[in-house]
Amino acid sequence: MELLNLARQAILIPAGIQDGDIEKIMSRLLSSPVDAADIYFQSSHSESWVMEGGIIKEGSYSIEQGAGVRAVSGEKTGFAYSDRIELPVLLEAANNVKAIVRQGQDVQVGLVNAGNKSQYYPVANPLKSLLEQQKIDLLRKVDSETRKLDARIEEVIISLSGVHETILVANQDGSLAADIRPLVRMNVTVIVVENGRREQASMGGGGRSDYHYFLNQNLALNYGKEAVRQALVNLEADEAPAGNMTVVLGPGWPGILLHEAIGHGLEGDFNRKGTSAFSGRVGERVASDLCTVVDDGTLQGRRGSLSIDDEGTPTENTVLIENGILKGYMQDKLNARLMGVRSTGNGRRESYASLPMPRMTNTYMLPGSHHPEDIIKSVKKGLYAKNFAGGQVDITSGKFVFSASEAYLIENGKITRAIKGATLIGNGPDVLTKVSMVGNDLELDSGVGSCGKDGQSVPVGVGQPTLKIDGLTVGGTSV
Amino acid sequence: MQNQEEHTALKNTVQSLLDEAKRQGASAAEAGLSQENGLTVSARLGDVETIEHHCGQGLGITVYFDQRKGSASTTDLSPESIKETVSAACSIARYTSEDAFAGLPEKDLLATEFPNLDLNHPWAISVEEAIALAVECEDAARNYHAEISNSEGASVNTHQGIHVMGNSLGFLHSYSSTRHSLSCSVLAQRGDSMQRDYWYSVSRNAAKLDAATDIGKKAAERALRRLEGRSLTTRQCPVLYSAEIASGLLSSFIGAISGGNLYRKSSFLLDALDTQVFPEFVHLYEQPHLKGALGSAAFDGEGVATKGRDIVTDGILRSYVLSTYSARKLGLHSTGNAGGVRNLTIDTGALDFQGMLKQLDTGLLVTELMGQGVNILTGDYSRGAAGFWVENGQIQYPVEEITIAGNLKDMLKNIVAIGNDVDYRGNVRTGSILVERMSIAGE
Repeated sequence: MELLNLARQAILIPAGIQDGDIEKIMSRLLSSPVDAADIYFQSSHSESWVMEGGIIKEGSYSIEQGAGVRAVSGEKTGFAYSDRIELPVLLEAANNVKAIVRQGQDVQVGLVNAGNKSQYYPVANPLKSLLEQQKIDLLRKVDSETRKLDARIEEVIISLSGVHETILVANQDGSLAADIRPLVRMNVTVIVVENGRREQASMGGGGRSDYHYFLNQNLALNYGKEAVRQALVNLEADEAPAGNMTVVLGPGWPGILLHEAIGHGLEGDFNRKGTSAFSGRVGERVASDLCTVVDDGTLQGRRGSLSIDDEGTPTENTVLIENGILKGYMQDKLNARLMGVRSTGNGRRESYASLPMPRMTNTYMLPGSHHPEDIIKSVKKGLYAKNFAGGQVDITSGKFVFSASEAYLIENGKITRAIKGATLIGNGPDVLTKVSMVGNDLELDSGVGSCGKDGQSVPVGVGQPTLKIDGLTVGGTSV
Repeated sequence: MQNQEEHTALKNTVQSLLDEAKRQGASAAEAGLSQENGLTVSARLGDVETIEHHCGQGLGITVYFDQRKGSASTTDLSPESIKETVSAACSIARYTSEDAFAGLPEKDLLATEFPNLDLNHPWAISVEEAIALAVECEDAARNYHAEISNSEGASVNTHQGIHVMGNSLGFLHSYSSTRHSLSCSVLAQRGDSMQRDYWYSVSRNAAKLDAATDIGKKAAERALRRLEGRSLTTRQCPVLYSAEIASGLLSSFIGAISGGNLYRKSSFLLDALDTQVFPEFVHLYEQPHLKGALGSAAFDGEGVATKGRDIVTDGILRSYVLSTYSARKLGLHSTGNAGGVRNLTIDTGALDFQGMLKQLDTGLLVTELMGQGVNILTGDYSRGAAGFWVENGQIQYPVEEITIAGNLKDMLKNIVAIGNDVDYRGNVRTGSILVERMSIAGE
């Protein structure tokens, strides 16, 4: 209730839209025999600051607001959006959208407040959580402390950004749900130089919180330290090996493996259409019995967390793979209805200007029993990959890549030397069957992930314990 | 031509932003505004799947208080919102630092001529017609072969927009442009092997789009030819980048000679001006005034006049790619590239695609790349790939689950030939590119 009133104040009242107007738009949408309809209102205020070359170089502030109107009939979707939240515009949008279905009838809709079951982040506006001068002071402090760390540092680039987003979604059953979503992010990039060789590295983090997040436990300063450490490691790195070998992935951000190798392939839309390499495989073994993987939107304050998804469905902790067996898919309402299951709260959209789709939230593997040191010790010759820079998957062929940005050779059970970044490639449906050891050291990433699908970007999280994979192709140059 | 009154109204909005900035004490300002309308219709398995009506707008302003800068943007074009947006930008400028290099472009670099670049061809297509076109395209793909087993659908997309750019030096100009596309993505299946591929056509003028049936057939052919792909053993060999992905190599090169990466010293081509970066036969240039092309514009993102110019001649780097700020940081002048290069073109050799395969002789034809894996600072390059193994100039079998790796500095110097099979769809116009040797990692 509280959230709903805040959302009304943030979006509807300034636009002069009353609950009765939403009922009118919904009635217009439902005057054709649609299976589902929704109206999505969004207001988003964001800012970003950049420090570079020792000065506060850029600052920007952005306001985005608008509404999207959708009607669904069977597998068909009609959609229209506008940046203008005005009743005549939205009624016109409703007319365009319901043309997806032809015949008409009269329907009356009454709104009901859905109310949120749980909230996984504070309502506070992160942009106002520090004074402007305090934000600047934070950037300056990270810059000066980071530059002091090593004489080989040539440049430090720091960015700080925050988003305060309010959404309100009305569904065809008259339910009205709202969410207020803070999101902050900080990033430190350093360039180091030694004997003419230059390398760079970045470290950052954030979550659904306010800027105080970066002040706790010196988090912001630690991003600088970590970026410097990685950049200096890269200065020493040799050519990466090429070929198939045992790969040990470190804990945390290397969980991007799960996001690419299996996550996308388990999104409901691809599986409803039968275009995923995982289609029709629920109940089958897709991983070694050491592997249990979940998508969990309910983690407190995480970057990928949502109290409700963009269709108003509360998020869940959804088991994707349990002891190696595929348990289910991530669903939005449309695909859930067409597959005869319920939504798992994974219906997400980049903004009011885009249609929702099944998307991941925080995807991670549960911990196993091995000590990470024992995992390294067990490898005679292989690769230890500690940090990554992103990935991609072809959900139909199942082939996926992810690019290591910090990696080492393992020789006779010991990490010996650093090697240059390289892309790793594998086959999603069988890579987890080659997982032979799972560490007891589950970590989630630091809050930096963004996932792109059909041109829509949404914040996500990943995580995993240390993993040993018996054979993955490493794309180095040293043949 | 679009409604002149609409242009005047939007130009007035931009002028009011600039005036408001001045009123709030800014010493200089620049502002931009875009208004876009569009329709996307997709069909899957022979029937309409989605109809999306697009209607978007946005404006942004950057203000300068001498050498301090602040920016703000909004999707709300009301007079109150304009005031608030300018205030937000001005408020930010109180906290940013003096930056000796910040500021508007030199006035004499601003565009003063606005040739008709033939960018505006609204497509009066109804929703019903768009559905029929998408269905026709997808049908051509699905009916192409029995092994075309499934579909992600075909889609028709049309967009038209008005863009206005102005600054406090008196520059204020608007133009209309359109962009239309038709695309199709289908799956092929044989036994356990399932593959997906797509094809598309894009143009500012719908009459110049490829025929729907041709796009559908091409998508089907591309999916079918990938079936039963296998990995390769780890090796080194020549690599032929097919025309539709070769543009990525040139884009990475442009990244390395772009002002932002140069002044930050995060490029593998620092201090490379007037040095050999490609083989002698390479000529690379920009054609920003090409009529009807996707990358064409009379001025860049700052109002600086664009002009056709050489970037590489005889394989030697002749010019960087600079905005006003990055140019000043480097002690140079803007090259009119705020927002990137426009219709980047490379001269091709005499060989068509078959000729390029013969020149490759035995090696890898790459038709798809995956992941980022390009480090512009070091030039280190390692990406997932799929394509075909070629022997004696003949395609032998499809290849997948491999990586190709090298260093861009060497790769660019070791280009052996550029085919005349140019892909004209994008902002980078190149044929297939043959690189002498790369590392392949596989099973």
